[in-house]
Amino acid sequence: MAAHNLKHALFCAIVTLIISYPILGFNLASEGTTVTLEGAKTSTVVGVLLAAVIVFLFQLFRDTLMGSLRQLPAVNPLTNRKPMEQSKRLKLDSVLLTLMIIGALIWPFIASRGAVDLSTLVLIYIMLALGLNVVVGLAGLLDLGYVAFYAVGAYTFALLSQYYGVSFWFALPIGALLAALFGLVLGFPVLRLRGDYLAIVTLGFGEIIRILLNNMTNLTGGPNGIGGIPDPTLFGMEFGRRVKEEGNTSFHETFGIAYSGEHKVIFLYLIALVLAVITAIAIRRLMRMPVGRAWEALREDEIAAKSLGLNRTAVKLSAFTIGAFFAGFAGTVFASKQGFISPESFVFLESAIILAIVVLGGMGSQMGVILAAIAVTILPELAREFSEYRMLIFGAAMVLMMVWRPQGLLPMRRIHIELKKQE
Amino acid sequence: MLVLEDVHTHYGKIEALHGVSVEVKKGEIVSLIGANGAGKTTLLMTVCGNPQATSGRVILQGRDITRDLTSNIMRSGIAIVPEGRRVFSGLTVEENLHMGGFFNTKSEIRKSQDHVYELFPRLKEREHQRAGTMSGGEQQMLAIGRALMSKPNMIILDEPSLGLAPLVIKQIFEIIGKLREEGITVFLVEQNAHQALNLADRGYVLETGRIRLHDTGKNLLANPDVQNAYLGG
Repeated sequence: MAAHNLKHALFCAIVTLIISYPILGFNLASEGTTVTLEGAKTSTVVGVLLAAVIVFLFQLFRDTLMGSLRQLPAVNPLTNRKPMEQSKRLKLDSVLLTLMIIGALIWPFIASRGAVDLSTLVLIYIMLALGLNVVVGLAGLLDLGYVAFYAVGAYTFALLSQYYGVSFWFALPIGALLAALFGLVLGFPVLRLRGDYLAIVTLGFGEIIRILLNNMTNLTGGPNGIGGIPDPTLFGMEFGRRVKEEGNTSFHETFGIAYSGEHKVIFLYLIALVLAVITAIAIRRLMRMPVGRAWEALREDEIAAKSLGLNRTAVKLSAFTIGAFFAGFAGTVFASKQGFISPESFVFLESAIILAIVVLGGMGSQMGVILAAIAVTILPELAREFSEYRMLIFGAAMVLMMVWRPQGLLPMRRIHIELKKQE
Repeated sequence: MLVLEDVHTHYGKIEALHGVSVEVKKGEIVSLIGANGAGKTTLLMTVCGNPQATSGRVILQGRDITRDLTSNIMRSGIAIVPEGRRVFSGLTVEENLHMGGFFNTKSEIRKSQDHVYELFPRLKEREHQRAGTMSGGEQQMLAIGRALMSKPNMIILDEPSLGLAPLVIKQIFEIIGKLREEGITVFLVEQNAHQALNLADRGYVLETGRIRLHDTGKNLLANPDVQNAYLGG
């Protein structure tokens, strides 16, 4: 056993060296017009060797280390806690939610402008994650191209405003409905696929949309993107210093207060908040409705669901469409917040991050997904100094999560539906 | 109630059923027995329209359902307890039952639920337990209960005794007998030939995609061929 461990550890250390030394151990330096290869600084080489030693030691004592790591959940108070009574839990849930919403309402008036702006982004991610949660968490359809629907929402608003001068409030439902339509259209061909195959096709779809946006230069401006997307207005009141559109008034003049750039940021934040709350409530209701149970039944056992007369196509399509709808919502808000969008914002990494939020939060659990969305969006901002290592930290966090809480931050709890007993 | 007329079913190019004719009359228990790979499950799946018969007709309550969609067939007064139970393991017992009555109104669901709990008091005890954590026998009860939730005129059971203890099997067969008393037609597919034929009014023996024998349950039990092949001599 020990000899086996030693061999394995040695092997891992050598692999570490093989991978890292050629990458870190050499530098390309330009001398005039030619490029020469030279050895890296001694400190780097020492670092690489040190890394190999660490890997060696870790692999050697891995069993003991991982064993003690597994002991840790016993320290974690959440794991051994008895499940709460259903009624008590629901009460706690609603109290927590109310507190969160009240806190979120006060937040923009006490936080700095940058913080509010970031919070808006968090809310957009919450909307996206809640929508994807329907598709992945509830219906169990692995969608890797979710960002495509986000892009559809954003570009719908951008294009409509550019070509037809449509305002945010008109574009919002149109963007969401168009995204839902795309969800429906994509849904039809991919419904017969399952698991990995579905993931691949959705991944492809996400890329197709991005590449289309990149190449339809006449319409979308290609990689240059679309700028000058108008801000939302409040009953015809604009938030800029000067009124851009005729017939509108400006917010600060109407209320007789001094102009401040913060008004617009706060207003956008509040819009995102309202939409996020609407999303959460709508999906919460859907989960308790028969269609929500049908999603879960189909995820649990497709054949059994079919034997009960459920139409697989209809159930899957509804999940896809509803998920896409909320992505369209988020996209419209995003376009309005940024004022400028380009295909750059809708790369695969975005899909991956949204999926990571859903998985980290606990598939199917709304509260978990909201917490994860906050964590995943804010942590990189807090760790700005380590921005180079953002993805590294992200990956490490994922691995740790999978070891500690593979079911997610707050795993989904089943909501019981109790029928009233007949008198 | 259910009539299959010269049904042929293919998986791709391979023909699994070579012209099967079966009739289940209202109020009967009809058993279909046969060895592994004889096509028992294929026959049931053909009734459900998945896969559809390539030729022949399937008639349910006087209506030709050969080309109907599975989801439509399963909503027209017929319910199936699939092979291997297939309960929704992550859902509670109650939710599983509610899924069974998906297309019924709330008051109908309440009524059928009470009825199922009457048949299976055990399920009532486990109402809020997740189905996956129950024993095989309990899951089988749940699968039958779930099928009954849609208030079917006819119920199809695919190997309800599979992997269960003899005592539990006895219980399950007692319940099947009760279903007949309630006027539900039962089509039972079993490898457990002895019990299946004992309970049945009539029986069919399926062998490599063809009906070999067809008689009353008692006669089949007494038939030396059947005894040799399915009852261990």
